[in-house]
Amino acid sequence: MAHKNIKKNVLFLSSLSILFLLPSFLFAQASSCIACHKELEEELLQPVEAFPLDIHNQVGLGCESCHGGNPREEDIDLAKDQTFRGKPERKDIPKFCASCHADVNYMKSFNPSIRVDQLSLYWTSWHGQLLKKGDQKVAVCTDCHAVHGIQKGTHPKSWTFPWNIPETCGRCHSDKEHMAGYKISTTQEAEYRESVHAHALFDKKDLSAPVCNDCHGNHGAVPPEVTSIAQVCRQCHLSPGKLFSDSPHKRAFDEMEISECEACHGNHRIDPPTDEMLGTGEKGVCAQCHDEGSQAFQVASQMREMILDLSGKIEKAEDLLSRAFQKGVEVSDPRYQLNEVNTLLVMIRDLTHGLSLESIEEKVKEADQKAAGVISQGEEALREARRRRTGLVITLIFIFLLAIGLFLKIRRKTKK
Amino acid sequence: MRNFLKNIFSYLDSRFKLSELAELAGKKKVPVHKHSLWYYFGGICLFLFVIQVITGILLLLYYTPSVDSAYESVHFIISQVKFGWLIRSVHSWSANILIGAIFVHMFSTFFLKAYRQPRELTWISGFFLLLVFLAFGFSGYLLPWNKLSFFATRVGTDIVGTLPWIGEKVKHFILGGSNVSGATLPRFFWFHVAVLPAVTAVILGIHLVLVQILGMSKPVGLKESEVREISFFPDFILKDSLGWILILALIGVLCVFFPWEVGEKADPFASTPLDIKPEWYFLFMFTTLKLVPAHVLFLEGEMLAILGFMIGGLVWMLIPVLDRNVSREKRSPAFSLFGLLVLLYIIVLTALSYLHLKL
Repeated sequence: MAHKNIKKNVLFLSSLSILFLLPSFLFAQASSCIACHKELEEELLQPVEAFPLDIHNQVGLGCESCHGGNPREEDIDLAKDQTFRGKPERKDIPKFCASCHADVNYMKSFNPSIRVDQLSLYWTSWHGQLLKKGDQKVAVCTDCHAVHGIQKGTHPKSWTFPWNIPETCGRCHSDKEHMAGYKISTTQEAEYRESVHAHALFDKKDLSAPVCNDCHGNHGAVPPEVTSIAQVCRQCHLSPGKLFSDSPHKRAFDEMEISECEACHGNHRIDPPTDEMLGTGEKGVCAQCHDEGSQAFQVASQMREMILDLSGKIEKAEDLLSRAFQKGVEVSDPRYQLNEVNTLLVMIRDLTHGLSLESIEEKVKEADQKAAGVISQGEEALREARRRRTGLVITLIFIFLLAIGLFLKIRRKTKK
Repeated sequence: MRNFLKNIFSYLDSRFKLSELAELAGKKKVPVHKHSLWYYFGGICLFLFVIQVITGILLLLYYTPSVDSAYESVHFIISQVKFGWLIRSVHSWSANILIGAIFVHMFSTFFLKAYRQPRELTWISGFFLLLVFLAFGFSGYLLPWNKLSFFATRVGTDIVGTLPWIGEKVKHFILGGSNVSGATLPRFFWFHVAVLPAVTAVILGIHLVLVQILGMSKPVGLKESEVREISFFPDFILKDSLGWILILALIGVLCVFFPWEVGEKADPFASTPLDIKPEWYFLFMFTTLKLVPAHVLFLEGEMLAILGFMIGGLVWMLIPVLDRNVSREKRSPAFSLFGLLVLLYIIVLTALSYLHLKL
């Protein structure tokens, strides 16, 4: 009886499964676009190979979503029905992509917070403006985002992921042949790769480090003019920007129409700032504008002297603490205080942008006092290490004398 | 002066019968032969234990057993308290040397077959002392509440949790919860300074009384002509104390040149460091647990390994009962080979862990 019941249940479940799965078998036909393009070569095969990883495929869109047509028809003539749009011309690509990406209602169904202003921004960019004038060499959507293998910007393999952006922009901007006629340099990417920003991005894997689009914009890419370069830097470097704006340099730079930050730090190749940049030495940037012997020249020298003196004290304190630590003395408290001195040094270096000698002197005085305290603790830690070793030697002498005495006593007793 | 000291001695002698005790100690004999060097390790263990007690009591003056202040109090001891660094280093170094000396003492006793009748209980009480001192090491390791000790305790207690049936309950009891937390530290402290010392006092008392009553064992098969005797007091004690002061010198050198560090404060929210390891004396067990396959037949590998260690420990404790030949004063090479294999196993697996192999 039980056996019969089981048989019945199996039959019932099988019929139920077939009933539900049959429609999906019937409708889940392979796309005829893919079936045909698979048989083709090179350029016409590429979409089929790249599309499986494409973000559009991942959200459920197919070939017909962009190119139109009916992929369920096996006959090529029937598949290319009246909705078929085929491959857009290069000049039409921005509008082609924007037919979805500028449609708020449509894009909301995929991501409610997605931006839809890419096309309008693009028309404001040099790329967009030149395209409008009929220059088809300029970048369009597919040059930066790829064609059929488009990935989300957060995917490390995406062309627009931070550490791939220099290469993406460099594909055109580093190509002398491609850029011929535009009268702009083609060394930006190479220069950027030498910069402190590239070091942070590529070596420290700091994704917040700026790449091309952080300064130049992305869809609305326009080269910053002299007046706006400083605003670009201020996006991250707020404090030096504010100090500079309040300094006498601001008016002078504006009158002379000199770009602010770039004048001393450069643009694409921004080297790590050093104390040598301040003042009158070989690497000093002040001498670019100020004559030797001028008051500004002397102030810069004074600032540099103060900073170098403080750096020397920090180095000395660090050396003392390291030596004491190696000798086994606990120095975490003075190390903590030394961190405070280092923080003050960073603040002092920042203050140089404001050109106020008084405010720098005030901070240097505070830092000097703290550094002196750390140096004295470091020296005391080293004295402690010496005391420990001396104490050990005295104790060992005492212990070994006792051991020799005991040994002699044992030997005398053994002889007896 | 001499008369004054004589008077004091006679005052104490009439009350504590010191002369009789000295006479008794003088009558007690210790055998001397080519292996008698190993006898001194028992005394070294006792000496190191006394150092542990003294330095431990001194550390109690400043140590605070709470999550918020344990690390800070140890830091205070080593940076602010006069000679605090020395007391803490002596406590930590002598604890490690003590465990090492216990292992040497145990294996020398094993290979000299000193566990044989009538010293079975001396062996068994010694085995329990080993367990107690391992527990001292495990509980004391967490007390500074630093990163290494925190995660090593977490890993160690997770292993206990894999025991069948009772694992989770035992782990919960040890930790005072399901994980290493604020409840664990006072519990480990209570265990380290109250429970374990009380248990040690009892077992160590039994062990020492048995040693005094039964005396030192002579190795099996040694001819009478190869053995002579010296008095326990003062001859043996003099030699013993020579070993003690040399150990003291070694501890002094270690403390000055390699003072015990306090490390970083434990952060319960941080992820477990990749190369986390327990103290060296648990490494052979730790490496075994890493090497054992995830599943052996229908059993979990870790559980099987722990059961193996428990059964192995039981066999080790019952060696005096199992080794019948030696109780009849005959040689027992099979047991010597077994001991050698156990020793090799401990050394090889400990070394493997230090060689940084990807286990």
